[in-house]
Amino acid sequence: MPKREDIHKIMLIGSGPIIIGQACEFDYSGTQACKALREEGYEIVLINSNPATIMTDPEIADRTYIEPITPEAVEKIIAKERPDALLPTLGGQTALNTALEVANLGILEKYGVEMIGANAEVIHKAEDRDAFKECMKEAQVETLISIQVHTVEDALKAADEIGYPVIVRPSFTMGGTGGGTADNKAELKEIAASGLKHSLNTTILVEESVYGWKEYEMEVMRDHKDNVVIICSIENLDHMGIHTGDSITVAPSQTLTDVEFQEMRDATIRVMRAIGVETGGSNVQFSINPKDGRMIVIEMNPRVSRSSALASKATGFPIAKIAAKLAVGYSLDELPNDITRETPASFEPTLDYCVVKIPRFAFEKFQTSKPSLGVSMKSVGETMAIGRNMKEAFQKALRGLERGFDGYDLKCEELVKDEVLEGKFAINNPDRIFRMKTEIKNGMSIEELYQRTHIDPWFLDMLVQICEREKEILDAPELTAELMKDAKDDGFSDAQIAALRGLSELEVRKIRKDFDIIPKYRVVDTCAGEFEAYTPYYYSSYGISDEYRKSDKPKIMILGSGPNRIGQGIEFDYCCVHTVMALRELGYETIMVNSNPETVSTDYDTSDKLYFEPLTFEDVMNIYEREKPEGVVVQMGGQTPLNLSVPLAAAGVPVLGTPADSIDQAEDRERCRVLLNELGLKQPESATSMNVDDALETAQKIGLPVMIRPSYVLGGRAMMVARSEDEIIPFVKEAIKAAPHHPVLIDRFLENAVEADVDVLCDTEDVYVGGVMEHVEAAGIHSGDSACCTPPYSLSPLLVDRIKDACGRIALRLKVRGMLNVQVAVHEGEIYIIEINPRASRTVPYLSKSTGIPMAKLAAQVSVGRKIKELNLPVFGTPNYHWYAVKEAVFPFNRFAGVDPILSPEMKSTGEVMGMDYVFEAAFWKAQIAAGQALPKEGTVFLSANDESKAWMTDIAVTLHGLGFKIIATEGTAKALAEKEVPAETLYKLAEEKSPNIRDYMADGKVNLIINTPSSAISKQDEITIRAEAVTRGIPIITTKWGALPSIAAIEYINKRDWTVTALQEYFLASPSGNKFR
Amino acid sequence: MTRTKALIALEDGTVFHGRAFAGQGEVEGELVFNTSMTGYQEILTDPSYKGQIVTLCYPLVGNYGINPEDMESYKPHAAGLVIGECSRIPSNWRSTIPLPQYLEENGIFGVDGVDTRAITMHIRDKGAMKCVISSTDLDPESLVAKAQASQGLVGRDLASEVSVKEKMIWEPQNQKQTLKRVATIDCGTKYNQLRILQNLGCEVHVFPNNTPAADILAIKPDGLFLSNGPGDPEGVKQTVSEIRKLLETGLPTFGICFGHQLTALALGAKTYKLKFGHRGGNQPVMNLATRAVEITSQNHGFCVDKDTLDPNLVETSHINLNDQTSEGLRHKKLPVFTVQYHPEAAPGPHDSMYLFHDFMKSMGVN
Repeated sequence: MPKREDIHKIMLIGSGPIIIGQACEFDYSGTQACKALREEGYEIVLINSNPATIMTDPEIADRTYIEPITPEAVEKIIAKERPDALLPTLGGQTALNTALEVANLGILEKYGVEMIGANAEVIHKAEDRDAFKECMKEAQVETLISIQVHTVEDALKAADEIGYPVIVRPSFTMGGTGGGTADNKAELKEIAASGLKHSLNTTILVEESVYGWKEYEMEVMRDHKDNVVIICSIENLDHMGIHTGDSITVAPSQTLTDVEFQEMRDATIRVMRAIGVETGGSNVQFSINPKDGRMIVIEMNPRVSRSSALASKATGFPIAKIAAKLAVGYSLDELPNDITRETPASFEPTLDYCVVKIPRFAFEKFQTSKPSLGVSMKSVGETMAIGRNMKEAFQKALRGLERGFDGYDLKCEELVKDEVLEGKFAINNPDRIFRMKTEIKNGMSIEELYQRTHIDPWFLDMLVQICEREKEILDAPELTAELMKDAKDDGFSDAQIAALRGLSELEVRKIRKDFDIIPKYRVVDTCAGEFEAYTPYYYSSYGISDEYRKSDKPKIMILGSGPNRIGQGIEFDYCCVHTVMALRELGYETIMVNSNPETVSTDYDTSDKLYFEPLTFEDVMNIYEREKPEGVVVQMGGQTPLNLSVPLAAAGVPVLGTPADSIDQAEDRERCRVLLNELGLKQPESATSMNVDDALETAQKIGLPVMIRPSYVLGGRAMMVARSEDEIIPFVKEAIKAAPHHPVLIDRFLENAVEADVDVLCDTEDVYVGGVMEHVEAAGIHSGDSACCTPPYSLSPLLVDRIKDACGRIALRLKVRGMLNVQVAVHEGEIYIIEINPRASRTVPYLSKSTGIPMAKLAAQVSVGRKIKELNLPVFGTPNYHWYAVKEAVFPFNRFAGVDPILSPEMKSTGEVMGMDYVFEAAFWKAQIAAGQALPKEGTVFLSANDESKAWMTDIAVTLHGLGFKIIATEGTAKALAEKEVPAETLYKLAEEKSPNIRDYMADGKVNLIINTPSSAISKQDEITIRAEAVTRGIPIITTKWGALPSIAAIEYINKRDWTVTALQEYFLASPSGNKFR
Repeated sequence: MTRTKALIALEDGTVFHGRAFAGQGEVEGELVFNTSMTGYQEILTDPSYKGQIVTLCYPLVGNYGINPEDMESYKPHAAGLVIGECSRIPSNWRSTIPLPQYLEENGIFGVDGVDTRAITMHIRDKGAMKCVISSTDLDPESLVAKAQASQGLVGRDLASEVSVKEKMIWEPQNQKQTLKRVATIDCGTKYNQLRILQNLGCEVHVFPNNTPAADILAIKPDGLFLSNGPGDPEGVKQTVSEIRKLLETGLPTFGICFGHQLTALALGAKTYKLKFGHRGGNQPVMNLATRAVEITSQNHGFCVDKDTLDPNLVETSHINLNDQTSEGLRHKKLPVFTVQYHPEAAPGPHDSMYLFHDFMKSMGVN
């Protein structure tokens, strides 16, 4: 059957902000789906709160709603747009859950909207534990035996039924704490008791233990004719018990015979049919006992997922695109395989290479939380590499991880040199794989390694082989061509070989090239070379076949941003994709280089050529020498490509955009100071000291208050602001303790300063200021973690003009060709320059969505020589628009047990959302909902103020009281409120160990909002506990004055009016300047 | 770590380099590639690979060793194995010996360290061709000359070399009673075909490939099963004429692969050699009756020319969606149907098992 003609308008739900477990893979799938459906002539209505996505570009859908993804917003949009169908399977769990809620509320029925792809029943069967088990029984697929209990006695009974060992999983705990494996009654008694105590609803699950079993995933697609195909199998290197998102994974499966593989394939198909996914992609997770092959299904997701994005990139099969087409009535055999063109999509991709994915973690940002892996996902990003063998793919992936490793090298041994490969470290530490290298070199056997780590011996032998080759390189009298070739086949990088031979990377490179050992580029073609492939999707390897295709078009190479991490995420991929789009429009052949499988930039449809390669000097140079592009763009992918600009330029690569010297001038502290002085611009004074006496003197020189921070320390420590000399000494001592032998940084603290981000476009002659984004939080909170608003909501127009002028002059002086980001602070009417970034910044997509002016595209045009004058932009001016766009940050605190969720100079957010409205308060309110901090319209507020905050906290209390909120407070705060005649119920402090305290209220669900300011720089344990628990329970919490004031204003506003939804296209059409640039 | 060098020389003068990982010596055969990512044990022991040197596209081979259960015949038949990288250790609970040891014990020459994609793309462009692999003669020119002089597959009767020499009986398994008696003409049958029939309750009489029709009819079979097999279907004229006689009796008949080609020949159609054949586990086939797509396991270098089928007698029942070639036929009057692909899988997907049930139905079992 061809496509359905009875539906015309389809609504899609995106996945919202980037959070752990839901990253840019859903931008990739959503964008593919939008494009695929519009190609078929359907009108697309989209909701997604994340402005840093390609899918929310106004040209991707017909109607783009950047609104909170809640049933309420979805209903408003449905009422307004009246779509025929809702497609919920391409926006991750968020879309699926929201769609299910909307269906359960009867909204779809009310407006006659059909759910396509997966219906409510399918979602229920896949998501509900009991329904899933029942369904699997029908499908004759084994599942884990588990029993939910509320008492220790019942836990013991359950274990008798299941048989030891059992795993105890407490439900609803802080960051997945508690629980464990029990081998016998005595152990279970203890673990169950502890689990029940940790569980906030006194519930534990007693489950059959499959700890240490092998874990697999199958990516599968089904069409309405019941054709089912397996797209990809994935084998986890890490055993069961470690979340698959946190595991190193390999595609295709490596250690299954065909018999076992086909059993798993059959089971996958039965699961698909039993759950009843009518059309689209799903994934099914399996576990296999390595001792006897017993196979168990763990779970299935009736939607595209992170692993389906990985599978798409690993095989070349565009799962999301095909899923979208299947949802509107096509069958697999009616769709062509894009890559071969001549063969249909109804086939199963086959690989002739090996793919390795390695996750990237951010434990260093959350130091109070131990780096250990379990069933709750912790990684914030991932990198993928393709090689002809596992060793090559694994070592390439380690390079692509951008942790400073050149492969499975000497540096990764150094990282964990004080650890011992045993106990918990050996089974759940993310860096155990590095410690294993030392153990292998010390002669630990594969059997012993397996016993300690549960990693399959086949994978272990791969690591052993790398170590053997390393020794060979180390011991060889000389680097022969044969040894070089062997090393390259095993994925060794030039830098890695250089370190072993005491040479420089460039020397090794020269030797290698003299041997004529240069990488060949092969196509990812879905068919192992059986058919000719037309899609230019390449990976490097050192064999003999080379499928590089020459072209005579002028080419430009764009370097991507590598794996997502905190501080460098989807925003930079967005900028890279826009650069590609702009350069393609100008007639260039675009060459994308990136290693992040989640992204739109690594969709083979995005650029003219895609190289799926690590972003290192060697890998990039190799491609450069092959392609000889006219220029390389390094300023769009964040710090990763920017760091390559100097070595690339030194190697003769034409780096486009801002000259390397300007970049250095902006980044070098001293040179930057001179530059600002010349321009007559101010900077907060700062200095470093090595000891307490010195620090005291320095602080006096700078003038109080000062901000004191240790250098080289990452982590969730509150910044320490010393307001008196008494405070300086303990703070400096603390800072020295945190980073011995490193200088302490002392900055003049601009108290209550307003901070702003400014993105500037410059062509060396003219400047265009894209916008001034006023931070909601005061200076001192990382700009990535602060909410912000454009246009500025409190700065005067005069000040805004002065800021624009200052930033414009900096750009001109630096001869910026492309993007420049400046962070400024306004303190007592003075403008201070905090930071200059000579590249596209995190705020570019948000700003572009706010204004309708695509900054990154314009920057790309400028970088290849177009002039701002030709772009028709208001010189030195921002576009004229009359709405507010508020960006709010989204944090992963709920993943990290016990971490204090307060804001600091250290960035901790993983993603962002945007709220847009014609009124600031409404925009702010939407942003809060979208960020998962839904502010209450009524109910109870808990107030707890430190001494400095008592005054404004009292003002807030007056407003809240007036709106009918009940107020509860700690003793001191309650006293302050009483003076203003605001009634408040006083609670005991936690330390008093009496009821009622705030935890009782939280447990009873009686608190709707918490406003709590930290009482000192080093927060008291009481407060940390309260804040951490609020995060776990999903109670909105505000910890600063600057966050509290607009929140209360928003609550006040929304109490009086309903809110409305508006599509981007409506804003921009109504704007005098917006539409022109779309 | 250095191992003996080996060369792979093709009749068109192309030479690839590798290292001997199992055995030593020199072997000739037709060089073909298989795209399956799993199933090297089944591929090696599939008699249809007689006379062929198999290149596996997926580069990592030997990972799960060799086990006693997954044999598709009593020994490996491929003349040689060419792969990317042989695993040093097998890792699977069923593995009993590593792949290199199994090959050596059976005198099969294995070469690894080869860029198998380069070979695949060469064959894709130039066609399957005669080849010699050697670790003893490392002179490219001499080896190419040997490849050119080697016999090749066209017109050759390889079925006789792999067929049973005497009739064998496979008793039914897991069934209370024998449901049907099936006669099989063994041109190189894979064990899994027989296992499936066994498990469906058949007593399977496996006859040598040139057994006269009368001898087969003498056991009073309920059905006839025509197996897969190696080589050129036009090279086994005797078998074709016996099959023709058997078909005329109206005996329910099911054929797979070589059996499909022989049936077509017996019914007056023609076969031809494909450029590089279909070998792999991901070939999409459409059942023209149901329009359903089956993902199939395939291994064939020759093909039935579906335009030469007599439309009054036979219809095409299945086609390959990649290249529209014949994947199945059904007789319009007689209970005869055959497929080009391998519904018994081993290795490969199980989508087409229904064909064995269809065969049972054609013999009157529901």
